[in-house]
Amino acid sequence: MPGLAENLLWLLCTLLECAVVVCAVKKGAFRRYLILNLYMAASVIVTLGRYRVLHQYGIGSSEYCYFYYYSDALLTIFLYFALTSLYAHVFSDMDANRLVRFGAVGLLAGTGLFSYLVVQQSNARLITHFVVELSQNLYFVGLVLTYVLWAAILKMRESRTQLIQLVLSLGVYFSLFAATYALRNLFPAKSGLFAALVQPIGVVLPLAWAYAFWRLSSNDRVVPSRLAVVPQ
Amino acid sequence: MMAGIIFVCSVVFLLQFFVSYCRSLIAASAKQTLSLEVQDFTGIGESKPAAGDDFARVLQFLHMCPDNPEDRARIQAVGTYFRMLNLVRATAAKLAPALRAWTEYERGQCTYFAAVALERRIAMSRDMLAQQLDA
Repeated sequence: MPGLAENLLWLLCTLLECAVVVCAVKKGAFRRYLILNLYMAASVIVTLGRYRVLHQYGIGSSEYCYFYYYSDALLTIFLYFALTSLYAHVFSDMDANRLVRFGAVGLLAGTGLFSYLVVQQSNARLITHFVVELSQNLYFVGLVLTYVLWAAILKMRESRTQLIQLVLSLGVYFSLFAATYALRNLFPAKSGLFAALVQPIGVVLPLAWAYAFWRLSSNDRVVPSRLAVVPQ
Repeated sequence: MMAGIIFVCSVVFLLQFFVSYCRSLIAASAKQTLSLEVQDFTGIGESKPAAGDDFARVLQFLHMCPDNPEDRARIQAVGTYFRMLNLVRATAAKLAPALRAWTEYERGQCTYFAAVALERRIAMSRDMLAQQLDA
C-alpha cells in the first residue's frame, strides 16, 4: 500500500484536477477549453478507479498493474487530443481545424505503428507492452508537438496570456515525463527511483492550469516575443 | 542511444518551456504598480528600479507575511528561475556582456514579481484582520 506521502500527493493531485474544472466553469472557460477540461475530469475518474482497484487487489496485483497502464495510455491519448485542441485555438483564424484533426489522427496512428514495431518481438503480453510503449512514445511526440505549437505562437504573435500559459505548462509537463521515461530506459536498475517522480510531476499540470483559469481572464494579453528564451 | 537522445531533447525543451513559463508569470505582475507603502518598505520605486540583489530581502519580507497557498507555487517557480539566472550570471555571463545585462534585467524582474506578491499578501492579511474584527 502507498505511504502517507504518496496518499497525500494523490489527494492533492485529484483536488487540483477538480479545481481546474471548477475554476474553468466559474470563469466561463469550460466550453472554450472543452477537451482540456474533459481530460481533467477523466483524470479524476481514473484516479478514483485506481484507488478502488488498489484497495481491492493491492499495489502488487496484476489487476492494479493492468488498470494503471491501460488507463494511463487512454489518458495520454486524451491529453494528446487536448494538445491538438490547443492547436485549433492558435490556428482558429486560419480555419485549419480539419487539417489539424487529420494531422493529429495521422500522427497518432504513426506513433501506434512505431510502438507496435518496437514491441512485436516480445512474445508474451504483446498488448501490455504495446500500451506501455505507446504511452512513452506519445509523451515524446506530445513534447515535440508542444514545442512546434510554441514556435507557432511566437511566429504568429499570439498574445492570449491564458492560452500561452496553458501551452507552456503542458510543455513543462510533457518534457518532465519524457525525461523521466528516458531515464528509466537508460538506467533500468534505478527504475523504481524514477518511477517515484511520476506522482510529484503529475501535480504540475493541474496546478498550472488551475492558476491559468482562476487568475487570468480571456482578455489578458502578453507580448509573446518577450517570453522567448532567445529574444525575438 | 535513443533514450539518451530523448533525455537530452527533453531537458533542452524543459528548460525553454520553464523559462518562458516563468517569464509569463513575471510579465503578468510587471504591469501592476506598487503601492507607496510597499515602495517604502522594499525601497523599490520609480527612483530605484527593482534589482536582482534585493530579491532575497523582498523574499524575507514575503515569508514574514501569512502564507497564501494561491501564490506559493508561483513564488517557488520564480525562485527556481532566479537561481538559474544566478548560475548563468556566475558562469556564462562573465564571458558575454550582453548576457550579463540580460541576466541583471531578468533578476530585477524577479524581484519586482516578489514585491507584487508581497503587496498581495499584505492586502490578504489586512482583509483577514478586518474579517476577524468584524466577527
